[in-house]
Amino acid sequence: MTLRALRPVLLMAALLAGLLVLLPRSALLFHALFPSLDRPLYTRASFLDLTLAHIRLVLGATGAAALVGVSAGIFVTREAGRRLLPLLSATAAIGQTFPPVAVLALTVPVLGYGSGATLVALFVYALLPIIANTVTGLEGVERSTLEAADGMGFTPLRRLLQIELPLAAPVILAGIRTSAIINVGTATVGSTVGALSLGSPIIEGLSGSNTAYVVQGAILVATLALLIDRLFALGSDGTPA
Amino acid sequence: MLRVRNWVLPVLTGIAMLAVWSLGFLSHAPNRIVPGQPLPLWAVASPAQAVALAILAVGLLATAFLQSGRKTGLVTGSALFATLLLILAAAATGSVALANPDVPAARTSLGPAFWLILAALALAFVDLAQQAGLSTRARLLLAVVVFAPVVGMAMLGWFDALSLAREYRARSDVFAAALQRHVFLVAATALIAASLGVPLGIWATRHPRFRARLFAVLNIVQTVPSIALFGLMIGPLSSLAEAFPWLRTLGIAGIGTAPALIALVCYALLPLVRNTVTGLDAVPAATIDAALGSGMRPGQILLQVSLPLAFPVILAGLRVVIIQTIGLAVVAALIGAGGFGAFVFQGLGQNALDLVLLGVIPTILLALACDTAFSVLAANGEPQR
Repeated sequence: MTLRALRPVLLMAALLAGLLVLLPRSALLFHALFPSLDRPLYTRASFLDLTLAHIRLVLGATGAAALVGVSAGIFVTREAGRRLLPLLSATAAIGQTFPPVAVLALTVPVLGYGSGATLVALFVYALLPIIANTVTGLEGVERSTLEAADGMGFTPLRRLLQIELPLAAPVILAGIRTSAIINVGTATVGSTVGALSLGSPIIEGLSGSNTAYVVQGAILVATLALLIDRLFALGSDGTPA
Repeated sequence: MLRVRNWVLPVLTGIAMLAVWSLGFLSHAPNRIVPGQPLPLWAVASPAQAVALAILAVGLLATAFLQSGRKTGLVTGSALFATLLLILAAAATGSVALANPDVPAARTSLGPAFWLILAALALAFVDLAQQAGLSTRARLLLAVVVFAPVVGMAMLGWFDALSLAREYRARSDVFAAALQRHVFLVAATALIAASLGVPLGIWATRHPRFRARLFAVLNIVQTVPSIALFGLMIGPLSSLAEAFPWLRTLGIAGIGTAPALIALVCYALLPLVRNTVTGLDAVPAATIDAALGSGMRPGQILLQVSLPLAFPVILAGLRVVIIQTIGLAVVAALIGAGGFGAFVFQGLGQNALDLVLLGVIPTILLALACDTAFSVLAANGEPQR
């Protein structure tokens, strides 16, 4: 991997690190920008802790969803699970019309307030694009390629691991990328149901008319989202999705 | 000989039965705030309802051995439909029986078992439609048939004893205003985004450098979480309104409709521009040449040849925009834009989960309705076979 390809990632990572170092020391700046506010710097939790909590939520939910979603996509494209393929595809398509916030709000009655509900909501929603893209990717592998593999005596497992998954990988990765980006946003809204995330200063700022808190949370979460997006761009051909 | 031919429906039935066995069908609480007592299905359903549901469950399990076909599909569909009606009736009569005029604050809510049965039924209907290979129009008919009794029962006041209906009745005029607001936000976003996005897309197909820059910017916007974009609008817009007070008379302020609309339009541009560019790129060069050869001017070609050919793709972009905006408009309630999101966040704040549902259910129904409408549009646009 060339340095040139890494440049956007390094840039966003440096920006995030810089913000994490400078924001806690920027009380004077925010005092000047928002003279009417008594406490213009969010101090309830450190920005580093909020960022790490946010990353944990997104990574945990997207990682689990990738594991389960790709497995489900593989299962329904095998002989044993083919009966489920139409149902799962249709459900993934219909489910994606549900707003992510709605899914978040619906987990609260079941799991109560807190990070747990948010984690489960992120996981459930992230499954949909991953399943949809895994199925699309695996079904998109040319029939002749599969027949050639069979003719060369590949076992079904070897064919899956060495032919089908590598060929479907870009589409699957695009699905995981979509999920991860949606999750960064939904984890932010998760603060309304009591999850600790970069949304905490935003929500608190919105309810307490403290625009400075909103700006601090928004800048950090926007940078984090762009960093994660650039990381995925490394895995694909480098162009934005 | 008995052979399992279809295991999907029996598995779904099994899950629903397990939910009935282990979870509350209704939940009863002395007031709106405290968590309710779970009540199992057999405790709230009348004996006749319980027996009928048990027979239906056994019947649905038995469909495992039926040969798939038109007849089986019809029988299964009817059984599912009957189950839906019975479940709704059990919730209605159960909540009425629990209502006590001496305790007006008492609340009866739908429990997890109810929702899981409903989810299993929805999956079963989807599977049925998929297996039967129904056309878009037949699917629409099925959806109407399934939804009609729900709406009918609600109109007749069957569910009035449920907490969800009481939350609605407590604010029926606010609900109408929220619906109007939500639809306005979505429609205005789609309209503004289309009138900006399509020209931008046309311009981008002619200017490669502009195209690259435009997509870079729009991709960044699409990546930034909605709530952050909403939040970042507050500062600049409120200082603008402070510097130029006449702007405030136009409704421009840090919170409210203006920042919400601006952010929603920013999100909507990427799908529209992308699909416009994709659609125009896909117009065959030979078609353009033929149009040029027949003496059409470039402007004419664009309006009469390229855009009509690209229209289905642009329409698909509009579909994405509308579904996406319905969801994002919920979040916009956090900056005072109103809509169904107001109920969601109010309910989350007050721990009143039926109020949350009052915001979530119509949002989901709105998204599903718009998605269905676009499916029908797209199906009608396809050449008849």
